[in-house]
Amino acid sequence: MDWQGQKLAEQLMQIMLVAFAVVAFATGYAIGSFQMMILIYAGGVVLTTLVTVPNWPFFNRHPLKWLDSIEAEKHPKPQPQQPSSVSKKKSSKK
Amino acid sequence: MHTFGYRANALLTLGVTILALMCAMASFSDNFNLPSPSAQVQVLNVNWFQKQRNGNDEVSLTLNISADLQSAFTWNTKQVFVFLAAEYETTQNALNQISLWDAIIPSKEHAKFSIHTTNKYRLTDQGSNLRGKEFNLTLHWHVMPKTGKMFADNIVMTGYHLPEDYR
Repeated sequence: MDWQGQKLAEQLMQIMLVAFAVVAFATGYAIGSFQMMILIYAGGVVLTTLVTVPNWPFFNRHPLKWLDSIEAEKHPKPQPQQPSSVSKKKSSKK
Repeated sequence: MHTFGYRANALLTLGVTILALMCAMASFSDNFNLPSPSAQVQVLNVNWFQKQRNGNDEVSLTLNISADLQSAFTWNTKQVFVFLAAEYETTQNALNQISLWDAIIPSKEHAKFSIHTTNKYRLTDQGSNLRGKEFNLTLHWHVMPKTGKMFADNIVMTGYHLPEDYR
């Protein structure tokens, strides 16, 4: 799952759970059935689990594009210039 | 949210939190129900009225209890426990409460009832104060919810007298 997919999954999960809770409570209160509220919410939780927990393909539409290794070798990572001063600081602390 | 386990955990946590919130709201919604129950009790007969060997008065009554507790039921009610208590005052105790009969009402359909019964539990005084005693019959009920707060209320019925003599 890529970064965009993770954001989508979290938002989907929150919105779906809250929406099912609202629908379940409203229905249960309207028809006076506590059992119906629990059943609707349980169904909602199962559906939300199926949609957001498995790593579906639509969560992987924005793959990260890494640089080729050849490209990276052309621009080497800058090394720290004064390794001696760092070690001095550490030793002075001791 | 990057692995299966983290997503499952996040969903479970939020799901249970919302469920708790729904239950709290269901319990809160009971406050909007304003029940208007009614009850009548007739003492049809005093079966016996005697002094026990240890000196305590004991009475057996035949009662006709009719009540309508349907309005106490809401969508969040599991059952209603109802009991009839004899209440009277003596010099020793300002309030004597003796449970005579009780029942569990499992559903709204059974909440309107009329029952003809002798007292299920003995009406025995602590002492011999019952001759000619004026007493109240009080119908108490406890509404047991599916989730949340339990409600209790009662109806007091006054003006009952016990006989002046043992029989």
